[in-house]
Amino acid sequence: MSQDSNDGLFARLGRIDRRWIFLAMALAIIAPILMRLRFEEEPQRMAQATFDTIEALPAGSKVLMSLDYDPSSEGELQPMANALIHHCASRGHKIVFMTLWPFGTPLLDKTVKRILLEYHPQLKYGTDYVTLGYKPGLEGVVKLMSSDIPKQFTTDKQGTPIGEVPLLAGVKDLSGFQLVVSVSAGYPGAKEWVQFGNGPTPDAFAVIGGTTAVQAAQLLPYFPKQMEGMLLGIKGAAEYELLVQKAYMPERFPERLEDGRIRMGSQVFAHMLMIALIVLGNIVMAAGRARGGAK
Amino acid sequence: MLQRTVPIAILSLSGIIMILAYFSPWTESWGNTVIDWFNIIAGVAFILGAGNLLRVNLEKISSQRPGWAYAAITIVSFMAVLVVGLFKIGAVPSDRFPDVHFAGDIDSADSTLGWIYFYVIGPLGATMFSLLAFYVASAAFRAFRAKNLESILLLGTAFIILLSATAAGVWLTKPIPADSPIAFLKFERLRAFITEVVQSSGMRAIGIGTAIGIAALSIRLILGIDRSYLSKGGGDA
Amino acid sequence: MQEREVRSGQFPGSQVRRGQLTVSIAALLGPCALALAQAAEQAAAAPADAPADKPLLNPTRIALLAWLAVFCVLIVLAILLARNGAPFKIRRLAALDAVDEAIGRATEMGRSVLFIPGIQDMNDVQTVAGVTVLGPVARTAAEYDAKLEVPTSRSLVMVAARETVRAAHFSAGRPDTYNEANIYYITDEQFAYVSAVVGKMVRDKPAACFYMGAFYAESLLFAENGNSIGAIQIAGTAEPSQLPFFVAACDYTLIGEEFFAASAYLSGERDQLGSIKGQDFVKLVVAGLIVLGVLLAVAGVARPDHADGLSKFFNTILGG
Repeated sequence: MSQDSNDGLFARLGRIDRRWIFLAMALAIIAPILMRLRFEEEPQRMAQATFDTIEALPAGSKVLMSLDYDPSSEGELQPMANALIHHCASRGHKIVFMTLWPFGTPLLDKTVKRILLEYHPQLKYGTDYVTLGYKPGLEGVVKLMSSDIPKQFTTDKQGTPIGEVPLLAGVKDLSGFQLVVSVSAGYPGAKEWVQFGNGPTPDAFAVIGGTTAVQAAQLLPYFPKQMEGMLLGIKGAAEYELLVQKAYMPERFPERLEDGRIRMGSQVFAHMLMIALIVLGNIVMAAGRARGGAK
Repeated sequence: MLQRTVPIAILSLSGIIMILAYFSPWTESWGNTVIDWFNIIAGVAFILGAGNLLRVNLEKISSQRPGWAYAAITIVSFMAVLVVGLFKIGAVPSDRFPDVHFAGDIDSADSTLGWIYFYVIGPLGATMFSLLAFYVASAAFRAFRAKNLESILLLGTAFIILLSATAAGVWLTKPIPADSPIAFLKFERLRAFITEVVQSSGMRAIGIGTAIGIAALSIRLILGIDRSYLSKGGGDA
Repeated sequence: MQEREVRSGQFPGSQVRRGQLTVSIAALLGPCALALAQAAEQAAAAPADAPADKPLLNPTRIALLAWLAVFCVLIVLAILLARNGAPFKIRRLAALDAVDEAIGRATEMGRSVLFIPGIQDMNDVQTVAGVTVLGPVARTAAEYDAKLEVPTSRSLVMVAARETVRAAHFSAGRPDTYNEANIYYITDEQFAYVSAVVGKMVRDKPAACFYMGAFYAESLLFAENGNSIGAIQIAGTAEPSQLPFFVAACDYTLIGEEFFAASAYLSGERDQLGSIKGQDFVKLVVAGLIVLGVLLAVAGVARPDHADGLSKFFNTILGG
């Protein structure tokens, strides 16, 4: 191939319509899912710490689980939420569900039905789990819950006065829980639970945060002191799913605890594509410089 | 003068109450009260916003500006969801009060609003969020160029993080024994070092600077030094 | 790197009036007096031998209050020094120096300027900072006769932005060009707002886009679309997770504290520029404390997780 046509090729690549890049990314994401590719995951420190924190709690401990995300982030956060719920229920912990996001309530409802009630049909509402629902007020809700939960939630989601819910008998504030789990997509979320919930009584309960990978930079300083466990993005979810499956494989719908690993296939291909694009972009730049130097 | 002094007074008072609420148990509830006031005002202001939304879109339809069909879709969607939510159409009957229509649960996954949520809002939101994957790829191709030493370091770090976030990275350095002197080259350890040491340090520095910036801005606002948000009325103050 | 020098008389602008200072002092003293009165009333109502229910100040936060007071004094001191003519140098911020260029470009091309004050409400300090930056930007746009559009994600932000832009038009001597319809509310829902704004960007092709406030996942959507339409983009946010996206895709980015200093920088007022210098004084103190802590920990003299005397002393004064 002549020098001129090589130059033309690199120049053309530099001006490539970004829709070709979009198409390549679409194929990179879809192909592993259609091919049902699974890659081996090796649980790292944070996923292991999350698993160990829940395992270390005595059976029957009260866990407050705040699912602070909406359908936009469901793809990244649902797998870890599913695994966390299944793990806590398998361990025999009592779970209180709530959300700080207005669009989180139907999702919370669906998650409880799909995971808790499908995998653990023997659990009873009111004694084994409770749904408090959504409360407006952003981090103000967390702040108030750190001192007075009955004032913040006067009833549960079904309208039962909070004093009549057996699971919440004697729970005045967040110190009545042994663990607070926040699966969050942004604000308000895990950071607010640490700053406003954990802050006043730092040793009263453990905190686990499950967040999107992009929030890693903000939340890593909290691990492991303020947050005993942390799951970051789909990778964290996939590693944690592996640990939970090894210990508590569900008999029905086990594939619902494999979403993280399935989606990791897309992440592998997408990351490879991005690396290739970065290399290609730099080759184009270098070729352009060489062309400019030769001239 | 009142036009400027009253807003500054409200701002100063609210700001100082929020500060005091953090430090004194006697004033702790005052901060919650101020937050409640804000929530009430924001809720009332929503009526202004909704009214503005309707006005803008109705005007677009009546003047038949290009794209007025989208304005019609906006108004129809807005009114439909508002009516369904306000009148609890299709709500799941309450267990405790099954005969009382307005005791039903509108947030339930089985309600009409739940249907709209799972089959309209959910997929649309997820679609918009998923665009990020494509834009990240095009941004990576366009912007990540090794032009100088800093960008080369950035690229090297990016490669390590991208690879280590997948099974590929773990597989590539698997042959390195965990207890060997070069075990630090394993991608998962490099990633841990970059994120927990290098990145955390940078983020903490940004966080400290941001916190100081917030404090300075707050002092300027509370003391009334920065008044760029206020109407200047008939002349410069 | 070029610097700006703050000298007496260089920046004609307003000073803090005695009346406004009085208002602020009254705002400080009022709640304090009320709190003391409440405490006294409760103490008087309690039996004589009953233990005090609550301390006046949270004992775990006294150290923090003391440091806050020190930092406030430093910032106010810098303001007073600036007002009295002390020559402070402020590093030039390329992003803010480019505001005039960006709006001028929009005017030449006959296209609009888009300003997005973030997606949070007025209770978020980043939104407040964004709206304060909107003032000088709107004033410049009014002077250049450029169309400024401000789509907002919250109703209160729309109201505040309208006030700010109206004030800016009056201040620029162009009250006739103010058009309330250019500042409008879209929706609270994050991605619905994004799709509306991105659609507007693609259709109207603004020549300059300003993203100033709290952003989350939509930051890259805005920035990449702005890039695709060839707009000059200036961003400012304190969200650490979104900064990389803005830095990669925008022409200029204000990072963290630069964003909060933006309104002061653009105003050019002595008092406000002095507060930026005060920020630097505080940063010096914080940096000094960090270095001291690292040296003490490395020398094994005192560590946050130790319980010996010196460690306990430092933990106490640092609020640990």
